[in-house]
Amino acid sequence: MLPSDFAELEPYSDWILGSERERYAKRLASGMADMQAFYDAAFPLLDRATTHLDTFPLDDLPEPERNLMLLMFSLVMVSFPIEVWKQPRVPDSGAAYLDVIAEPQV
Amino acid sequence: MPHFSKPEAGSWTEQYPELGTSPVNYEDSIDPAYYEAEREAIFKRTWLNVGRVEQVPKPGHYFTKELAAAGTSLIIVRGRDQQVRAFHNVCRHRGNKLVWNDFPGEEVKGTCRQFTCKYHAWRYDLTGKLTFVQQEGEFFDLDKDDYGLKEVACDIWEGFVFVNLDPQQGLREYLGDMAKGLEGYPFHEMTDVFTYKAEVGSNWKLFIDAFAEFYHAPVLHQKQATKEEAEKLLGYGFEALHYELHSPHSMISSWGGMAPPKDPSMVKPIERELRSGLFGPWDRPDIAGLDPLPAGVNPARHRSWGTDSFVLFPNFMLLLWAPGWYLTYHYWPTAVDKHLFEANLYFVPAKTARERLAQELTAVTFKEYALQDGNTLEATQTMLKGRYVTDFPLNDQEILLRHLHKVVRDYVKEHADAAE
Repeated sequence: MLPSDFAELEPYSDWILGSERERYAKRLASGMADMQAFYDAAFPLLDRATTHLDTFPLDDLPEPERNLMLLMFSLVMVSFPIEVWKQPRVPDSGAAYLDVIAEPQV
Repeated sequence: MPHFSKPEAGSWTEQYPELGTSPVNYEDSIDPAYYEAEREAIFKRTWLNVGRVEQVPKPGHYFTKELAAAGTSLIIVRGRDQQVRAFHNVCRHRGNKLVWNDFPGEEVKGTCRQFTCKYHAWRYDLTGKLTFVQQEGEFFDLDKDDYGLKEVACDIWEGFVFVNLDPQQGLREYLGDMAKGLEGYPFHEMTDVFTYKAEVGSNWKLFIDAFAEFYHAPVLHQKQATKEEAEKLLGYGFEALHYELHSPHSMISSWGGMAPPKDPSMVKPIERELRSGLFGPWDRPDIAGLDPLPAGVNPARHRSWGTDSFVLFPNFMLLLWAPGWYLTYHYWPTAVDKHLFEANLYFVPAKTARERLAQELTAVTFKEYALQDGNTLEATQTMLKGRYVTDFPLNDQEILLRHLHKVVRDYVKEHADAAE
């Protein structure tokens, strides 16, 4: 599903999700150990992934590259639980919600 | 110890003596009768921002806007003559809601040549004119010219579409000097949008209160920063660079050293890697209009400037950020203790994956903060409603809150006085 140079991220392909709503839902439904494993695998490749993606036009990414982009969006999504909160949900956010209803498409 | 200077009056608040300095009564946020008075005095008589021109780029593009506080739904549409018009979303035949999909209460958007009522197929063109009546011969002396859609005042300022159900003055006069100072900002270049919505169980003014002061930021959001940085920020507290009131509107200008930070170790690993964070992507987009900025942006011309928040009365906030993007907040009341909150983040369209990822981090970060901000409100509403404590001391960094509640009070009183 991913460009061949990023095959080591294939085990995390369930994080290739097309919308913020899906990424946020997966974050809330995931355990910290799973997110930590994904973060530890993906974060060191973030710079290389970005450099690779920048060799393609953003509005016309081939399917494997689009998948890689979406996977990096998920890395951004789990960065708060991993780097800051130590839990999936924003602390002190209780029942509050804020749905993304539109976002720039890739 | 103050870090930024205050006006000669000694405080921002005392610079505007009409505000007073005494504790503020919050009955205006819990009394159902007061909310009804606000609907009449404010939401049916002031200019309300309902969107951007980019939502109706071509003739036939339209969207609907539910205005519960004004008791109506509107259709906003661009005509073949390029003019953007607003109409009450009601068929003139028997009051059926004209434009909606599956659920009548949900806002919709689309493109059409004309509006056709689902009920009896009456048709209206893009200027609201009634063009077709099913079995017209069955009616009695029906002149189609008398049954066009009911139009609402609609005007555009810097690409922002405003409506007014009962204008007391023109849009530019209403927006005044503060908005005039923003003219020329390249809003039209920032067309990639992240839109957020939530129903919040509080009075609409309480969420404006929450976003119109940053006194809370070092406390409520302290876990968002690295530990050392959070302790430093808490020690400093918050002081704005500048405040201005242009009643009924107001603004706060704030510092923002995080884009980029002086010391990269102040920020989280993902921020260092993507060069982005709450204050936006660190690298400014390459467009005209950001340097120099219009005179009304960073009005104190402060070197440490990070963001300006403009409260455009009654329910529209506009935030411009130093790295070259903006966001809007709208608070649409649906009851005294309920409102629909909408936020939009606007960026210059990303040209590269790196730029797009930087925007994604800003958008994700925004939501982390907003969830903390939003969650305090329902509890506040509940506690206010108990009326065990009724008056609250607002400090000098909360001048915009003091001003908002006073302006609302003045509008309600003026409207009530005029009715007597």
